[in-house]
Amino acid sequence: MSSIKIKKEVADKIEAICKSFNNDASELINVLHQTQDYLGYLPTEAQEVIAKHLNISPAKVFGVVSFYSFFSMVPKGKCPVAICLGTACYVRGAEKIVDAFSQRLNINVGETDKDGIFSLNTLRCVGACGLAPVALVNGQVYGRLVADDVKRIIEENKAKFGI
Amino acid sequence: MHLLICGGTGCTASQSLEIVDKFKAELKANNLEDEVQVVKTGCFGFCEKGPIVKVIPDNTFYTEVTPADTAEIVKEHIIKGRKVNRLLYLDPKEKEHVSDSKHMNFYKKQIRIALRNCGFINPENIEEYIARDGYAALGDVLANNNPTATIDIIKKSGLRGRGGGGFPTGMKWEIASKNHADQKYIICNADEGDPGAFMDRSILEGDPHSIIEAMAIGGFCIGATKGLVYIRAEYPLAIHRLQVAIDQAREYGLLGKDILGSGFDFDIDLRYGAGAFVCGEETALIHSMEGQRGEPTFKPPFPAQEGYMKKPSNVNNVETLANIPVIINKGWEWFASIGTEKSKGTKVFALAGQVNNVGLIEVPMGITLREVIFEIGGGIKDGRKFKAVQTGGPSGGCLTEKHLDTPIDYDNLIAAGSMMGSGGMVVMDETSCMVSITKFYLDFTVEESCGKCTPCRVGNKRLHELLDKITQGNGTMEDLEMLRELSHVIKDTALCGLGQTSPNPVLSTIDNFWDEYVAHVVDKKCPAGQCKKLMQYVIDPELCIGCGKCAKDCPVSTIKRTDYIAPGHKLASMEIDQSKCIKCGACQAGCKFNAISVK
Repeated sequence: MSSIKIKKEVADKIEAICKSFNNDASELINVLHQTQDYLGYLPTEAQEVIAKHLNISPAKVFGVVSFYSFFSMVPKGKCPVAICLGTACYVRGAEKIVDAFSQRLNINVGETDKDGIFSLNTLRCVGACGLAPVALVNGQVYGRLVADDVKRIIEENKAKFGI
Repeated sequence: MHLLICGGTGCTASQSLEIVDKFKAELKANNLEDEVQVVKTGCFGFCEKGPIVKVIPDNTFYTEVTPADTAEIVKEHIIKGRKVNRLLYLDPKEKEHVSDSKHMNFYKKQIRIALRNCGFINPENIEEYIARDGYAALGDVLANNNPTATIDIIKKSGLRGRGGGGFPTGMKWEIASKNHADQKYIICNADEGDPGAFMDRSILEGDPHSIIEAMAIGGFCIGATKGLVYIRAEYPLAIHRLQVAIDQAREYGLLGKDILGSGFDFDIDLRYGAGAFVCGEETALIHSMEGQRGEPTFKPPFPAQEGYMKKPSNVNNVETLANIPVIINKGWEWFASIGTEKSKGTKVFALAGQVNNVGLIEVPMGITLREVIFEIGGGIKDGRKFKAVQTGGPSGGCLTEKHLDTPIDYDNLIAAGSMMGSGGMVVMDETSCMVSITKFYLDFTVEESCGKCTPCRVGNKRLHELLDKITQGNGTMEDLEMLRELSHVIKDTALCGLGQTSPNPVLSTIDNFWDEYVAHVVDKKCPAGQCKKLMQYVIDPELCIGCGKCAKDCPVSTIKRTDYIAPGHKLASMEIDQSKCIKCGACQAGCKFNAISVK
């Protein structure tokens, strides 16, 4: 608990989030959602601040963060790529799309490229099964994908970030 | 005149919101904005052909509409009264355009109860819900002031939990009503975790008020004044629509203190999930709502005795709740007249995979798989052969050709080695490898296991390793026996529903596709050609003209020229050295003479 290294404004914001839930430990998941919305991820330092305000141990906060797949402890790229691996997408060849992105971006699933632009993840069903296989790139849904589309999608999004 | 445009997740992903804006602009440009109303509705279900635009009152059903088509629809259909033929649904068998959705095979056999308002009303407008008998059931229940009688109606209707278990809803309510406490809770489970099922999301996006109404009715019956919806954070649109609906209901006095002057207080709050499949299990869900890790605990005590914050709680699934107001309005006799002896009413399925008409369908219990896949679903994609259909998600199993004529209900599916689950229905054709699919499900279970009990945490991992070994071509017959034995041990000893059902995909594929497992293990072949390690790229010497492109494309230089010259060719054919081949497929992708195939 002694080694909180985090900017004061960030710590203050997290304190405000905790306070908006009355520092109630049973609201931990909602607190984590809002903190992740704010920071983009949940670094251990932020978890320690939350633990302090909700009066629970950092271990408990970490236990919850690591349990749920929605929470991330690594920062995502500016342009997150998430490929649906729900069953509908899987049987329509989603794995090939994952491979294609991984090859083109030269990163593995769960990693961010060295410029911090693209990060690659998989997710379970966005519910657009009619468009399977589907990828979410920077919040936009790309459907009915084949491996050959991947190059175009990456170039398109690179252009958006001026690369 | 009304223009209904689908605003569900699938159609909005293909620009349906721009279509709404375009229509509004076009109508304005033609001074028709007062004559024609543009309504953004919930999901129509026919996601394969989205975005969908429906014209009321003539029921014209336009498919795959793009923003560029809006001008033509306004000019031709709305102004001149001529349908735009090229946007109508083309029946693949009859090769004719079908204009009215009622005559489309996709809709003909459907009975829409839970989805009654999806695609008909604007979900963000409470008055449209009220105009379709919304909140009438709540009014009735409160006016009669007899919770026991209402529970009795639900019991007699035969409604069973649609989340997967199939426990009778009326009985659940009765148990919760009999436990006395100063505070009780009614909880809506909207943590739809089965990959490939999206009915709960569609109901919340398309008809959120039906859930609010049903929760209020349930709350009144069991004596709960507080409702909680546990909803996936991954469903931002559903969260938004539900929140709008809750606010509107409060404004209309349908939530809050003294509802409709009855003296009954009831309100609803949202709780967000954070991505954990196990949280669909009641006790895990409750722990998650309390801000803890979503780990299940042993039952009893059941949530009805000791649930959220140690108070009696009743957990119902979204689809179950969506049925409640209709049962009250139309009577239990009507509901019980639909379906089979032990499974009443309808079930919503998310039809997906290698089938022509992917979408959300609601069919009466007792319909056969054949009707669902070949009539509603329009058969298998690209004319390939049906192989299997997976129901029940990661907890279910695969059904085959021999099950096609089995009437679908809770008990028949379990007898066939699968289960209803939440209603995912993934169709597979001959190109799907059943061992790989099973591995895919185990991959999911291993990732989603909470780790609390050993059979699930370690057992599923071992199952996954065995399956991986088989797909790599290193499996033995002993491994197959081990798969079976281990599956039974996990089923018998795991703590919660997740572990007890996770070996189902293994057992059902071993039972139904034993030959395919044996082919992987003994012949070291993958009949579907999906397992990379078991594939061989082969050059047909008769078709190969010897251009040598494949040798140039090969990243590991494993393709060499032979000394065989096929009749009619000038150059000797090429050959792949299998011992060095890394199976990348570059040679096949580059061959212009279709001389390279996978064996």
